Amino acid sequence: MASGEEDGAVEEKETNNKKKRTKSAIATAWLTFYNIAMTAGWLVLALAMARYYLQKGTHKGVYRSIARTLKFFQTFAVLEVGHCAIGIVRTSVIVTGVQVCSRIFMVWFITNSIRQVQNQESVILFLVVWTVTEITRYSFYTFKLLNHLPYFIKWARYNLFIVMYPLGVIGELMTIYAALPYVRRSGMYSLRLPNKYNVSFDYYYFLIIVMLSYIPLFPQLYFHMLRQRRRVLHGEVIVEKDE
Amino acid sequence: RLKKERERETDRERQREGRNMDTLALEKAVVFFEVEILDAKTKDKLCFLDKVRPTSTKLCAACYPQWYPARQSIRLDPKGKSLKDEDVLQHLPVGTTATFYFRDLGAQISWVTVFLTEYAGPLLIYLMFYFRVPFIYPPKYDFTTSKHWVVHLACMCHSFHYVKRLLETLFVHRFSHGTMPLRNIFKNCTYYWGFAAWMAYYINHPLYTPPTYGEQQVKMALIIFLFCQIGNFSIHIALRNLRPPGSKTRKIPYPTKNPFTWIFLLVSCPNYTYELGSWLGFTLMTQCLPVAFFTLVGFIQMTVWAKAKHRSYLKEFRDYPPLRSPILPFVL
Repeated sequence: MASGEEDGAVEEKETNNKKKRTKSAIATAWLTFYNIAMTAGWLVLALAMARYYLQKGTHKGVYRSIARTLKFFQTFAVLEVGHCAIGIVRTSVIVTGVQVCSRIFMVWFITNSIRQVQNQESVILFLVVWTVTEITRYSFYTFKLLNHLPYFIKWARYNLFIVMYPLGVIGELMTIYAALPYVRRSGMYSLRLPNKYNVSFDYYYFLIIVMLSYIPLFPQLYFHMLRQRRRVLHGEVIVEKDE
Repeated sequence: RLKKERERETDRERQREGRNMDTLALEKAVVFFEVEILDAKTKDKLCFLDKVRPTSTKLCAACYPQWYPARQSIRLDPKGKSLKDEDVLQHLPVGTTATFYFRDLGAQISWVTVFLTEYAGPLLIYLMFYFRVPFIYPPKYDFTTSKHWVVHLACMCHSFHYVKRLLETLFVHRFSHGTMPLRNIFKNCTYYWGFAAWMAYYINHPLYTPPTYGEQQVKMALIIFLFCQIGNFSIHIALRNLRPPGSKTRKIPYPTKNPFTWIFLLVSCPNYTYELGSWLGFTLMTQCLPVAFFTLVGFIQMTVWAKAKHRSYLKEFRDYPPLRSPILPFVL
């Protein structure tokens, strides 16, 4: 009887291990599919933008031509927060959340809703930056999951951001700044007093606060990437600050 | 005669031996420790003390005076839990040469100071908005008062709440820890002061809209608010009475003769339950979305605290009443 119980316990452990293995196999399969799809999506965007510019010779109208594809793929990236939350990707939920939020905000609440800024050069700037960054990032994840990571992709992932991040921030900030007068004039997304919930919201001042928030947030994300870079490329052991 | 001399000699020898034995016995009675203190992260040797009496563990003040005791975390294992102030060398699982790991907790500030600062802020800030101090609202409203009586009532309730908190901090609460990290005061004050300003701005605004259901709604809200204030105070008193003055003992709280404490039958942290109730009452009274938001955020934070406290009760007491929930009866 004792050995029977033991067998039962061993069997349970084996089924648990088996469950874990199938779960991680499903997770890997899904993540591989996801990353391949996203790489393809951003490649399509890059090609569409290049093709438009070569055909029309101007950057005006580029945004409109790729708007739907951009909104689709950028919004899909919300899934990445979910991946971190359920643990199949080992990144902080907060870091991913902040990144994705800022992208969604730019796409849906600035360029999508404020038509007058769509032809600004700053929009092209951050679109190009995002495209380069995302193609590199998603192909990096894809190759990593397939266990065949070419060094140049790793190099690109951990070096291009040094230039891309600041350029992207400049593009985004300039776009928001350009949008301010139109927001003020139209009073969009704003709620004034008096109203029965005794609250007010001014999108114009909200945008100013968003721009100011880049000051504390951007360095944190940038240094986070720099630390990761040191660890991955140079194998340095970083002693993290407590809390 | 030779015999007598020999007897005297043996006597003297025995006396000497006797004295040696006495000294040996004395030395054995006090076991001295050797203590070595290493940095928990870098494992550098910070200080070495020999001939330490088996008393308390806050030793490092001797070597490095800028690390006052409240700031020191001394542990047996670099990643383990900190030892308490009351721990005594003799009772720790160490040999006569003990190795401890030291961690600097950073600048500390007393709980009482933090509480007083974070509660005095909302009290004063709200009053500034209530009296319509210049530069907040359009100049024609400077130093005027609202024409709605609910606004006056709200000011009284809000002020009463924070005065109650200040008095409780000074006279009722018995804190487990003396200090907390200094950066907490900035974090906490930003939260309390920021929300107080945000709420007060709308409630005392010249364009404030009183509650939809008028007097009925405000009266109901006031009853809820007062009921929960009394409840919250009763719980604080009950918790205080669990702990003799100056001690840090922990006991299971039980309902007392005061009906407001009977909620202990269903909830581990009824002080948070009543606090939620008070703010729900205030939200209903003012019908102000920022207040609702503040209530929600506070509720989330209190739930986190209540769950942690509930878990630590369950861990510490084998006979903890199973019917209790952390903060909301049966629900949360």
